[in-house]
Amino acid sequence: MRFLHTIWHTKGLARYLFWTGVVLTLVFVVLALFAHWIAPYDFAERRVDGVRFPASEGPSAEHLLGTNDQSYDILSRLIWGARTALQVVFGAVIMSAVIGVPLGLFSGFVGGWFDRVTVFLMDALYSFPSLLLAIVFSFMLRDVLGGSIVAAALSLTAIYIPQYFRVVRNTTVSARESTYVEAARAIGAPPRTIMGRYLFGNVVQSVPVIGTLNAADALSTLAALGFLGLGIQPTEASEWGYDLSRALDNVAAGDFASAFWPGLAIILFITALTLVGEGLNETLNPTLRRRRLQKVTFGPRPSREEAIR
Amino acid sequence: MSAAGGSLPRYILIRLMLVVPMMWVLLTLVFLLLRVAPGDPVTAAVGDKLDADALEARRAALGLDRPLVVQYLEYLGNVVRLDFGTTISDRRPVLDIIVNQGGATLTLTIGAFLFALAIGIPLGLLAGRFRDTAADAGIRVYGIVAYAAPIFWVGLMLVLLVVKLFPSWPTYDIASSETKYYVPDRTGIILLDAILANDSVSVVDILQHHVLPCFTLGLLLSGVIVRLVRVNVIQTLGDDYVEAARARGIPGGRVLRKHAFRNALVPVITVVGLQFALTLSGAILTEKTFNWPGLGAELVQYVTARDYIAVQGLVTFFALAVVLVSVAVDILNALVDPRVRY
Amino acid sequence: MSTTTTDRTPDAGAVLDVRDLRVWYGTEKGAVQAVDGVDLELRRGEILGLVGESGCGKSTLGRGLLGLLPDGAARDGSLVFDGKDLLAMSPREAYKRRGKSLGMIFQEPLTRLNPLMRVSEHFEETLRTHERGISKKEVEARSLEALRVMGIPPTRFRAYPHEFSGGMRQRLLIALTLVLRPAFVVADEPTTALDVLVEAQIIRILHDLRSTYDTSMLLITHNLGIIAEACDRVAVMYAGKIVEVGEAREVFSRPQHSYTRELLRSTISLSTTGLNFIEGAPPDLSDPPPGCRFHPRCPDAMTVCGQREPVLRQVRDGGSDAACWHAEVSEGTDAGRALSAEETQPLERKEIDVADEA
Repeated sequence: MRFLHTIWHTKGLARYLFWTGVVLTLVFVVLALFAHWIAPYDFAERRVDGVRFPASEGPSAEHLLGTNDQSYDILSRLIWGARTALQVVFGAVIMSAVIGVPLGLFSGFVGGWFDRVTVFLMDALYSFPSLLLAIVFSFMLRDVLGGSIVAAALSLTAIYIPQYFRVVRNTTVSARESTYVEAARAIGAPPRTIMGRYLFGNVVQSVPVIGTLNAADALSTLAALGFLGLGIQPTEASEWGYDLSRALDNVAAGDFASAFWPGLAIILFITALTLVGEGLNETLNPTLRRRRLQKVTFGPRPSREEAIR
Repeated sequence: MSAAGGSLPRYILIRLMLVVPMMWVLLTLVFLLLRVAPGDPVTAAVGDKLDADALEARRAALGLDRPLVVQYLEYLGNVVRLDFGTTISDRRPVLDIIVNQGGATLTLTIGAFLFALAIGIPLGLLAGRFRDTAADAGIRVYGIVAYAAPIFWVGLMLVLLVVKLFPSWPTYDIASSETKYYVPDRTGIILLDAILANDSVSVVDILQHHVLPCFTLGLLLSGVIVRLVRVNVIQTLGDDYVEAARARGIPGGRVLRKHAFRNALVPVITVVGLQFALTLSGAILTEKTFNWPGLGAELVQYVTARDYIAVQGLVTFFALAVVLVSVAVDILNALVDPRVRY
Repeated sequence: MSTTTTDRTPDAGAVLDVRDLRVWYGTEKGAVQAVDGVDLELRRGEILGLVGESGCGKSTLGRGLLGLLPDGAARDGSLVFDGKDLLAMSPREAYKRRGKSLGMIFQEPLTRLNPLMRVSEHFEETLRTHERGISKKEVEARSLEALRVMGIPPTRFRAYPHEFSGGMRQRLLIALTLVLRPAFVVADEPTTALDVLVEAQIIRILHDLRSTYDTSMLLITHNLGIIAEACDRVAVMYAGKIVEVGEAREVFSRPQHSYTRELLRSTISLSTTGLNFIEGAPPDLSDPPPGCRFHPRCPDAMTVCGQREPVLRQVRDGGSDAACWHAEVSEGTDAGRALSAEETQPLERKEIDVADEA
């Protein structure tokens, strides 16, 4: 893994921002994976030992960040929300890559009318406002899948397919003409081998960067769907965007905490993923890098007299 | 080698001709997504209100019982005649919704762009000029966070702040109820109506209502613009003609303004146009946050009501708008940048 | 003290007198000594050619004279122009002289004009910067005159750069440089990006400029033919140092420095029967070899060459100045005779490592 080496040796601001992103992302991943241990209560829990939590209460020893208008513990919903976010975003990014990468590879490799039609369709899909696309998909899927996590992930998938498709197809088209692929063809390698071994290895490098940046975008779209009431049903999982939409109605009444924390979580998670994605991009893409300047100190002048003697 | 004048109209013509296939693909996509999808529009919208026979009658009336190909051709034909259908749930022509509510979305997005440019361009120029300094780092983080922050959350926080500092400042809707009552509806754009009616009190009231939503949406867009302008400035500062200008002794400030910055800002037009899709996404959220009577809010309401025809009509309109804006941007770009014109 | 030590009082006719100029770039590996201790003078109205392999520092030297260096580069030494040291004055003062007194013509004409500005705007900006209060009419008259000299019709004055071909753009840029009538111009490979016919045309224009504008020029090129055609004197550069300088005719007919000789031998001409090349590659300038920088590749190298740096001076009466121990010895100068027998032994060295070159 040469690029890990490159990342490690990148200096200055870029490195600082990148590692900030990595650490923040890891925090959210840990929260998501161990939500059942870390969170003090369940995301849908509002009574302990038959005693109902207070509604819209400030911070206390039992509820570190307070409770919201539905008597849920804000901290717990925050932590469980990380799990929901990770599930949906991970699912959507994987699915769109699984569809977009082979499609781009195939389209770029076979070329011809299939390529042209697919490119046109993908461009059309790409030019569509992403939230609108997510809304349309969740609208369609509601009858079939309801407001589940799977439905939310599927709604987001279509948005990101064109991005993988474009990058992979363009890389494939240029790689197809390169000498090493031509050489492979000359020695009689079948198309499947060429695609699988020669092109895929070349093309797949750009996927982590797109994936991370898409994850950040998917996160904000998920929250937006939740906010519009078109995302995951509150009974299915804890979702930050939905919590925010509830808070919207109560903010006027001075319930600040239930709006503040989910929003902050969204910002931090998206920022973290963006920093990681851009850090990867900057280190993997040599054109964005800049040589560090060093100060010049002139050495002593060689004496001319000595040379002449 | 030819003079640029003659080829500009030709460029515009070619660009306009490309609109038709683009629109066709988008319309087909919308139709495929919404009609070929599982589920029955009429049952979804009013299934709980009507009995089976009545539902069947509604279906027939809407032409939904015919073969898909027929429906597809009819859909295309209707769109060409600007007929976007009639909603199932409350039987409003979608075109009426667009005419009545589109103005609010239009002024919201224009205002947002003004804020975004006013914030994004200076910050981007600054960050690019002082690359790798503390100011650059701060502005870059601003760019990322502005884009990362959910629009509705930013809106909420701003409302809380404004309510605290200026309790009388309007925080929702496009105008106060008196203004809505007094301003006669002529263009569908209430700001324009108020100006036409020469009603300065109403104009001020409407502008005040615009500030918060436009600013909120503008913050999101400013994040994109900051990053773009920064990268462009870094690039143009390294361009050969900038060095050549310095070699001619043109003062540093002027080189920066006339050569580096000016050239860095040309692509902003294109990107701002490309951000129209993002702006529409943002507008939907902003409208919900601020109770703004625009198309985004209508769309969300009809999605919740599960009204297929309304959703299809509105989505179709959004798709057309995206295509038209991209064409307009290309033409504008050709007017500004002499190199594009041939 | 030897009498052959070059008398270094500035020439009465010198426009620019460069003394011990160093231009170094800071990198993580250490400073790259792209220009290291260069002495040079340009006389009024003369064209001085500067030749050398790519990467020898000739471009850096040309840019260093104007201060057009990237961030991280530093200059040191003295650059006396018009009686004042450009390196000793404030950066602002030095900047004011750019364009006005010191001009620059670049290698790639296609990208040197601002694509959003008309040709007329380029001229207007340039003239107004240096001549405050110049009238619009005069701006136009002066610009059109400069364009006329370059053979560009006045009808194209308000066109945009992209409407011109490469050769025309180079002529535009030359006109734009000369409209201010600078006393000194650096032309950095002005024809490399152009095709052969256009090249000849541009060289002719540059050559004729002296009669029109009385401008001295440092013409940087790797094309010896251009030097022979257009230059009065020529300086040969190797690895950041001037190794030989003199009348063009003299340098071409009686090269003193081994490098100059090898460089001339490797040129292809109609009488060429076999291809000659200089073995090895130019040294890494962040860690140049001691003594004469050419000694690792020099067929005439002696022991002293790897130990002590030769001084640039006249080694033969009426000949060019050269910094070469071999020339000192073969011409029998004081310094050459002062060398011990051990020092004049042919240099023993390992074969040039082929892998190292690649």
